[in-house]
Amino acid sequence: MTTLESPTTATTRIEVADLQIRLAGGADVVDEVSFRVEPGEILGLVGESGSGKTTVALALLGYARRGLHISGGQVRIDGRDLLGLSAAQLRDVRGGTVAYVPQDPAAALNPTLRIGRQMREALAAHPAAAEDPDARIAQVLVDAKLDPGSGILRKYPHQLSGGQQQRVAIAMAFACRSKVIVLDEPTTGLDVSTQRHVLETVRNLCQSYGVAAVYVSHDLAVVSGLVSQVAVMYAGRLIELGSTERVFSAPIHPYTQGLLAAVPSPEQAETLIGVPGQPPRPGRRPTGCSFAPRCGHATQRCTLEDPTPVTLDARLVRCLRATETAGSVLRGGTVVAPAATRSDSLLTVTGLDAHYGRFQVLRHVNLTVAPQTCTAVVGESGSGKTTLARCIVGLHANWTGRMRLEDTDLPAGTRRRDRHTLERVQYIFQNPYTSLNPRKTIRQILHQPLDHFRTVPADERPERVTRVLQDVSLGPDFLDRYPDQLSGGERQRVAIARALVVEPTLLVCDEVTSALDVSVQAVIVELLRRLQHERHLTMLFITHNLALVRSIAQTAIVLSGGEVVEAGPVEQIMEHPEDPYTIRLIQDVPKLAHRVSAGSDGTSAWQP
Amino acid sequence: MATVVVPEVPAPLPVAGVGRRRRGSSALVRAARTRRGAIGLSLAGLVVLVAVVGPFVAPDSPTAFVTTPFAAPGGANVLGGDTLGRDVLSRVLAGGWVLLIMAAAATAFGVVVGSVAGVSAAYLRGRADGFIMRTVDVILAFPQLVFALLLVSIVGPKPWLIVLAVGFTHAPAVARVLRSATLDLSERDYVKAVELQGMKPSKVMRSELLPNLVSPLMVEVGLRLTWSIVLMAGLAFLGFGQPPPAPNWGYMIQENRIGLSSNPWAVIVPAALIAVLTIGTNTFTDAIARVMIGVDRQGDDATLASVISTAGSLP
Repeated sequence: MTTLESPTTATTRIEVADLQIRLAGGADVVDEVSFRVEPGEILGLVGESGSGKTTVALALLGYARRGLHISGGQVRIDGRDLLGLSAAQLRDVRGGTVAYVPQDPAAALNPTLRIGRQMREALAAHPAAAEDPDARIAQVLVDAKLDPGSGILRKYPHQLSGGQQQRVAIAMAFACRSKVIVLDEPTTGLDVSTQRHVLETVRNLCQSYGVAAVYVSHDLAVVSGLVSQVAVMYAGRLIELGSTERVFSAPIHPYTQGLLAAVPSPEQAETLIGVPGQPPRPGRRPTGCSFAPRCGHATQRCTLEDPTPVTLDARLVRCLRATETAGSVLRGGTVVAPAATRSDSLLTVTGLDAHYGRFQVLRHVNLTVAPQTCTAVVGESGSGKTTLARCIVGLHANWTGRMRLEDTDLPAGTRRRDRHTLERVQYIFQNPYTSLNPRKTIRQILHQPLDHFRTVPADERPERVTRVLQDVSLGPDFLDRYPDQLSGGERQRVAIARALVVEPTLLVCDEVTSALDVSVQAVIVELLRRLQHERHLTMLFITHNLALVRSIAQTAIVLSGGEVVEAGPVEQIMEHPEDPYTIRLIQDVPKLAHRVSAGSDGTSAWQP
Repeated sequence: MATVVVPEVPAPLPVAGVGRRRRGSSALVRAARTRRGAIGLSLAGLVVLVAVVGPFVAPDSPTAFVTTPFAAPGGANVLGGDTLGRDVLSRVLAGGWVLLIMAAAATAFGVVVGSVAGVSAAYLRGRADGFIMRTVDVILAFPQLVFALLLVSIVGPKPWLIVLAVGFTHAPAVARVLRSATLDLSERDYVKAVELQGMKPSKVMRSELLPNLVSPLMVEVGLRLTWSIVLMAGLAFLGFGQPPPAPNWGYMIQENRIGLSSNPWAVIVPAALIAVLTIGTNTFTDAIARVMIGVDRQGDDATLASVISTAGSLP
């Protein structure tokens, strides 16, 4: 077989060369991907959804998802090319030499087997890994900061928290003494504090065992503190590859610059700049540079000529204008938050207790929202923040306390509210993929609230719909499309338009960006910020992402375990948090370790 | 001062395949274009053609005595004579359309009643759900044919009664399928979005849920149609069709089976027509279900799940 043991590659743990992965139809979804990772090193593979990063990660296990096949290149682990191996040899490699940590541990662990049994099974498949499996399991559990004495081995996956499940998955990956570990967004579903612990675990384990790891993520802030090398993918190709420090502090490719500008900062209130537009669909790369249609630097030449990677400033960049774009800094200006000194209030919530069945979710929550301001509700999962939003809009009716919107009382549940009240409070759902009816055109979706409330005369409705669509930066050509023809960001804009079309007094946004890429999140947050300003909206912005709060809100409340632990102006909470919970929350927010240094005068150097 | 730079969002890139797409009806067209669908449609279409055009091209009156009982095929009577010496070909040509209309009417009735029951049970939950679904269970406890026979024997073999009886026995099966599909849909955020406007439940079901139930509905219509044809023919065979001497494929099998050795065609032809029709409708339904799975991959996977569970599960 093709077991190459050439001396030149012996020290390189992972070497991927010219990897190409094609669709069954023939179009390539991944092309010309090459990188190397040394033992003890972590490579971050970043990009928007659909960029091909997970496809590349899976290729490190010699695996291609259904409908795809690896059509060219090499994936060498310690010099041995995985792509030439037989099915039986690959089975040996997977889990043994190369381990995989999936995005959703709840789906990866078998819900009917105890943790101990699952871990022993993993070791039984690779008996060479440990003489004494039980001792090995106990050891990796300790390594992963889990206590083997706590009876965790006798528990079922559902009895563990999300963070514990993910640490079990990581422990399983390290149990077989793998040389390479592939981590596919392992912290995406976790709270910031849990995320930080998991990241620390990964970093320590990789260093102490000399494991080479590839960490796939769409979140640059997460990657920045963890990896030593970063590879940015776009439309199935690497567009920038270099040391984390260099790439993050002085990005060259306009796409990398865009991604970095989209990351919200908990330290400063600044406008976020997203990357407008959307990437080409897999296998439909345009001629010329794939990024040209979205690029602010693109020239005629970019749309015609396919750029080849060039080495510049100790990294690889795939950009025709690399020498010119280097050094240009894409950066949002600082937001001047209007002083939240208004003493009047639009929404007042007093003594709110909410229950699910007998379980109490919210305890005596007080909240006031001043007119024309944005109040952020921050908390980790299980803090009750979504329940609070649902009580306010009327989706959750099992609560006691008092809620007033200006001078009217808000009763519990939509059925007890009159039409006018329902129209004045609008809600934007977390997931734009389920909040739009797939069988209706955007026109029907936007007309529906107007036709229902009938406060706008029928002949003015089409104009109102076109205008609101324009407000969310979508053209009239979207009216006749169906939701499945839209990207996630576009869908969320439609959802925002649907809420705004009736001109509500209060807009409740429930984690509206958590289902979106960071680059799209920035665009949506900017849009909301602009709309709030232009339309003098009062907004309640529910989020788990503290870093976002600064960019959008003037006041904030922090929820923990159903109780308000801190409330006040955003500046004060972020700069001088008083409650220990808030302090920990702020500390655990992943931050870009190497912030882009702004121009000397602090202004943006790049104008679109 | 820092300048706020917010890039203009450009018009979205043209994406291949974007434009106005017809839905629902296009699934039928696409199903007909598949091999399976084309075969099913032509088989069923052939029989429908015979039943519809037949009465106008029949050589003799279906009730005229033109030859000897069970005369062998030949001469003026291509398929020979029946038990009373009537022309078999003429009776075959004239005896299908009533059967088809009754089967279609029963299907329509059953699917409408069943969907209203199933969707309301799932969406309204609580007591309405309990009441509707327990009623459904009670109806399901009776075998379909026995239930129809019971009604018909009490009131008499009136065509409208047979249609109602057969349709009614379809309702429980339809209700169960649509209830499970709706249960999933009614938790979707887009349903919550209109509930937040205080939309009436009847309107939510009609305008938000129903459009997403087109796929399971189409499959149900096909399956129930096949089953209706079988039941209608069976009832006619037992004498609960139109009263004699009216021609009817189901009853022809019954009245002519004593002469099977003299003129088998008087039994074989109507039996074969019924068989080809049901195979045709069922095959076409199967093709729709398969196409729907493809359609729903881009649409909504709740309906997808129920389509998969329904496809190919003929009673």
